[in-house]
Amino acid sequence: MKQVYAVPKALQPRATHYCPGCTHGIAHKLVAEAIDELGVRDRTVGVAPVGCAVFAYDYFDCDFQQASHGRAPAVATGIRRALPDAVVFAYQGDGDLASIGAAEIVHAAMRGERITVIFINNAIYGMTGGQMAPTTLVGQKTTTSPAGRKLEHAGSPIRIAEMLSTIPGAAYVARVALSSPAHVARAKRAIRKAFDTQLAGAGFSLVECLSTCPTNWGMAPIEAMTWLEENMIPYYPLGEFRTPEGGASNG
Amino acid sequence: MAERKLFKGNEAVAEAAVRAGCRFFFGYPITPQNEIPEYMSRRLPEVGGVFLQAESEVAAINMVYGAAGAGVRVMTSSSSPGISLKQEGISYIAGAELPCLIVNMVRGGPGLGGIQPAQSDYFQAVKGGGHGDYHCIVFAPASVQEMVDLTMHAFDVAEKYRMPVMMLGDGVLGQMMEPVVFPDPAPRDLPTPDWATNGARDGRATRLINSIYIKPDDLLRHNHKLQAKFKQAQVDEVRCETVNTEDADIVLVAYGTSARVCRSAMDRARSEGLRVGLVRPITVSPFPYQVIADVARTARAFLAVEMSMGQMVEDVKLGALGAAPVHFYGTPGGIVPTAAAIVEEARKIAKAEVGK
Ligand SMILES: Cc1ncc(C[n+]2csc(CCOP(=O)(O)OP(=O)(O)O)c2C)c(N)n1
Ligand code: SF4
Repeated sequence: MKQVYAVPKALQPRATHYCPGCTHGIAHKLVAEAIDELGVRDRTVGVAPVGCAVFAYDYFDCDFQQASHGRAPAVATGIRRALPDAVVFAYQGDGDLASIGAAEIVHAAMRGERITVIFINNAIYGMTGGQMAPTTLVGQKTTTSPAGRKLEHAGSPIRIAEMLSTIPGAAYVARVALSSPAHVARAKRAIRKAFDTQLAGAGFSLVECLSTCPTNWGMAPIEAMTWLEENMIPYYPLGEFRTPEGGASNG
Repeated sequence: MAERKLFKGNEAVAEAAVRAGCRFFFGYPITPQNEIPEYMSRRLPEVGGVFLQAESEVAAINMVYGAAGAGVRVMTSSSSPGISLKQEGISYIAGAELPCLIVNMVRGGPGLGGIQPAQSDYFQAVKGGGHGDYHCIVFAPASVQEMVDLTMHAFDVAEKYRMPVMMLGDGVLGQMMEPVVFPDPAPRDLPTPDWATNGARDGRATRLINSIYIKPDDLLRHNHKLQAKFKQAQVDEVRCETVNTEDADIVLVAYGTSARVCRSAMDRARSEGLRVGLVRPITVSPFPYQVIADVARTARAFLAVEMSMGQMVEDVKLGALGAAPVHFYGTPGGIVPTAAAIVEEARKIAKAEVGK
């Protein structure tokens, strides 16, 4: 019989604490598949953020460190420098990476730190109950922008992939969406490419994953996927913004 | 026999760390400790190590966390405002039970304060500093040689207890030149600790460096474990020097730079017929409470001397527990006290206490 699905070896076979329809689980699976394909599970050290993915170490089957809020790129740098042979990845939400940890991600990219960052952009603070993130769209209602994010008050949401792609040390920067099988297939390729970039010693790599938070968006899972595609993708265009070969492509 | 060399305090700390097997340094520039990162930026590459100037103290301490969690000897150094920024990271390091060395060359505060030597960050260093119930082991050297010896010792202690260790100095100690002897670096293989997250090779179970215990019962147990380690350190790691305390009426209590001045003050007072002694805590955390308690039985009074508005004096009171009065003389703001002023203070106290 042909096996059509198996849990990646780099994931522990257990249920996650993520809400129904949350795309954190998809992102975990794609990362684990890349680690499996590259056969590097036994030299991988992951770094978990503060955010809904704080327990990522309960799901990945590799060594892990849990970092303070926003500092995962700094922790990953410490690991990277101490263990030249390790494969090091950080997994961060948009509050973690784009707000409190904005300095750490920029400087990890500037140094061309040989780490891979999986950046979950769900346009909201999930873990703390749905407050406004720097990635919250203009007009989007959150618990701290109850009338919708106002441009004149909170500015425009930050486009991390574009910003980091201006930094020479960032060798691979892509934005993908986790909202449909076709998008997930593209996301899988991007995540694999990010790890390839690290293994090739080319520099810093980051994949921004447009993600859902049905719970704090106040939507059913399918509705959330649609909202992502109709609202987030137009503001956050998908594609590769920087590749080790040079060049960018929209997809 | 190793030769004596003239070394600046800051550079001596750096060289001692290298000789102790520290191969990783993450830091951010701040006066008065810049000689440490500058020395490390030259020295570590020579021994196959890594010096990295971080984007901030916040990043630096988290790099220390990552490297310590990977199982290597690692350090950072800074001064007061930078140490404030490191506090969240130090709390995480304590919570995750990681060994490392943090050098703090204290300057006057609060705020941007000044760049002159001070002892006004004692509370921050010994009472926790960051959030949560934890302690660092904190050494307070009073000479360049002692900075060397304690730095070499610090890494062993940090690893023994899996606790962050702080070297509490100040601008005077960092800048002064003194002849030092570096113990020969112990030619030993530093084994990778069996908790390090360095890749789950050869089928070993995966490992986790972590400070989150979401279930209250687990966090309670974790806190008890952390406290038990510190209690053990209180038994085994306290270091303290006492001079002329046996017959002393007035006992000065001071650490670091102010202890050096107190030593001259003590000699001067003795030559003038005042029976003055000195207690010099070498570990300020754990604090030598028992030494204070013992001396309190015979002394008429203590005089705590600090380059601050009075912080360690509270620990002296805790040690004395009312058995002898505790007085305070302080010079905050980056001022080093003079021996003459301390003698004058001791004389006033002697008159009052002996007259009782
Ligand atoms: C220093 C600090 N500030 C604030 C918090 C509270 N906090 C925990 S998670 C979080 C935001 C998480 O949002 P995000 O990074 O977007 O991840 P998500 O939960 O959406 O996956 C915040 C603000 C904290 N733990 N530490
Ligand atoms: S709160 Fe949002 S981000 Fe967090 S697990 Fe639930 S759906 Fe996912």
